[in-house]
Amino acid sequence: MTAITLKGVKKRYNKSLVVHGVDVEIEAGEFIVILGPSGCGKSTLLRMIAGLEEITDGEILIGDRVVNQLEPRERGCAMVFQNYALYPHMTVGKNIGYSLKVARVPKPERDARVMAVAKAVGLEALLDRRPGELSGGQRQRVAMARAMVREPKVFLFDEPFSNLDAKLRVAMRSEVRKLHRQLGVTSVFVTHDQTEAMTLADRLIIMNAGRVEQVGRPIEVYNNPSSRFVADFIGSPAMNLLEGEFDADGLFVHGTGGRIRVESLNGQRVPGRKIVLGVRPEAVRRSDANTAGAIPAVVDYVEELGASRLIHADANGSRLIALDTDTAEIASGTPVHLSLGQEALHVFSAEDGRRINPHA
Amino acid sequence: MIERSPFFDFVSYAAMVIGLVLVLIPFWVVIVAGSQSLQEVARVPFSMLPSNHLMENIQAAWARADLGPKLINSFIVAAGVTIGKITLAAFSAFAIVFFNFRARMICFWAIFITLMLPLEVRIVPTYSIAANALLPFQVLLDALGITWLVQSVSGVQIALNWNLLNSYTGLILPLIATATGTFLYRQFFMTIPDELVEASKMDGSGPMGFFWDVLIPLSRTNMLALATIMFVSSWNQYLWPLLVTTDRANFGTVVMQLKALIPAQNGTPDWNVTMAGALIIMLPPLLVVAFMQRWFVRGLISRDK
Repeated sequence: MTAITLKGVKKRYNKSLVVHGVDVEIEAGEFIVILGPSGCGKSTLLRMIAGLEEITDGEILIGDRVVNQLEPRERGCAMVFQNYALYPHMTVGKNIGYSLKVARVPKPERDARVMAVAKAVGLEALLDRRPGELSGGQRQRVAMARAMVREPKVFLFDEPFSNLDAKLRVAMRSEVRKLHRQLGVTSVFVTHDQTEAMTLADRLIIMNAGRVEQVGRPIEVYNNPSSRFVADFIGSPAMNLLEGEFDADGLFVHGTGGRIRVESLNGQRVPGRKIVLGVRPEAVRRSDANTAGAIPAVVDYVEELGASRLIHADANGSRLIALDTDTAEIASGTPVHLSLGQEALHVFSAEDGRRINPHA
Repeated sequence: MIERSPFFDFVSYAAMVIGLVLVLIPFWVVIVAGSQSLQEVARVPFSMLPSNHLMENIQAAWARADLGPKLINSFIVAAGVTIGKITLAAFSAFAIVFFNFRARMICFWAIFITLMLPLEVRIVPTYSIAANALLPFQVLLDALGITWLVQSVSGVQIALNWNLLNSYTGLILPLIATATGTFLYRQFFMTIPDELVEASKMDGSGPMGFFWDVLIPLSRTNMLALATIMFVSSWNQYLWPLLVTTDRANFGTVVMQLKALIPAQNGTPDWNVTMAGALIIMLPPLLVVAFMQRWFVRGLISRDK
């Protein structure tokens, strides 16, 4: 069953279009993460689902009801805000119970429900405190409890962890995941943090400049980025991207003359065709000069990570990063040969950045 | 900028002490004169030390200026104006800050302009409105020919009349409209983060729910600051009550009664009674400021954290 359907959803502020027609179906119980750089329209999209922004064009359905004209309170969504947005003059208990009070839930029932969610997020001892007396992590929990207490059909999270320190962020992440497993409520989570996105999501929606670049499970997106943008955005360190063209022999030439065979593009290696070749650092290996297709390069500098190291190398004027697990250390300035795994080559169009070779 | 030098410390303390003395001297003179007997107050040079006739003087002033009922009148007017101003200011600022309607800027500037038109400037038109609060409607009906039409059809002449002279309504209503209060509220409302508004929308609360449950509790200190200013300023109103009340016996306020306390041209120069009366009259606003000053300062300089 679909929980949320977006049909050609657009958002225009004055004259500029910030969301260019988004079509996505979100299944009931799914945890969806909308990921993208700042200003890509991801928060706007979330706020349109919540009902806090008007929809310029298109339709949003929650369940099977078109919600375009509905007030936020009629949509059955609960939202967790980036800055928590707790009412500073109310105690934690009243903050959590406010929506129930507005809905005229009788006091005994209200208290019982507030207590139940407070227990679920470990706040039962703090119900009489004011938000100003709480730490960032506790405020975050209050914000989540406030969303949970209404038993909504959909949870919306607008970059909720961006004000927390790194350690707390990791802890909250697993807590959100756990809560989602227990409650099974459809959730839409907006973030610009790819680690957060990869670990939380059932499916990712990657956005760029108001358009959806790719929708898919995190591992699919990682293994088969459908555009140059996604390839560059997902993964740390980022994917190596080499710009170049095919020569008369059908070999990919980049920089000052490195030549690479691209097998997955049979029949399309037209001489002179410009492409962008992508390869993840973990698919770049140190090899010797005799290996077929090995690229000669010079080590620029090395980042030691302990179990592995990142070799930043200069190959004919292009930068290549290799994730090296070899036990032998390597010094900067050393000439090396790097070979690229054929199965891990991603080919993107030089014009529009779309993927050319078939998904692996 | 923080200056740390003994010389500047001295200068700033000296300035503050001089300011304080300048403010306190008139009060001291009032208290001293109010406590002296007729002979003592008439003595030259005037003694700056208090005497022991304060209670008799107060009783004399109380009786002469009929201060009992007049104090009640003043309280009714000052409280009415204060409550009315706060309510109106809160609602108008709420509309201007949180609602996006077409005439928003026009409304805002219309309120702003009234800052430049204090009561003293528009006293004549305000008086004629108070004499007949329905006058604008009458003018409108006359201009549109509706009066003539109704009269020629039914023979009934429309003459709208609602006289506010000599009434509490007349004393209070024209003083209620205030740009200052609207501005104070507007400044405060603009510091409320948008997320709070959105959170209350998501919680299912409508605009009035947000107003009562979130804005009003959060603006408590502002409200008290505004109440302090408004109470003092409406207590001190002199010109308007003087104009609008011809029935002094029933609707006079204490500030108007100060005139009755001043010795007559050729009468006994009993300034001691006058000063004792002045002491009674300035006591309520003084007490209000003394009790509210903590909130007052907090409400004006920053929002409650």
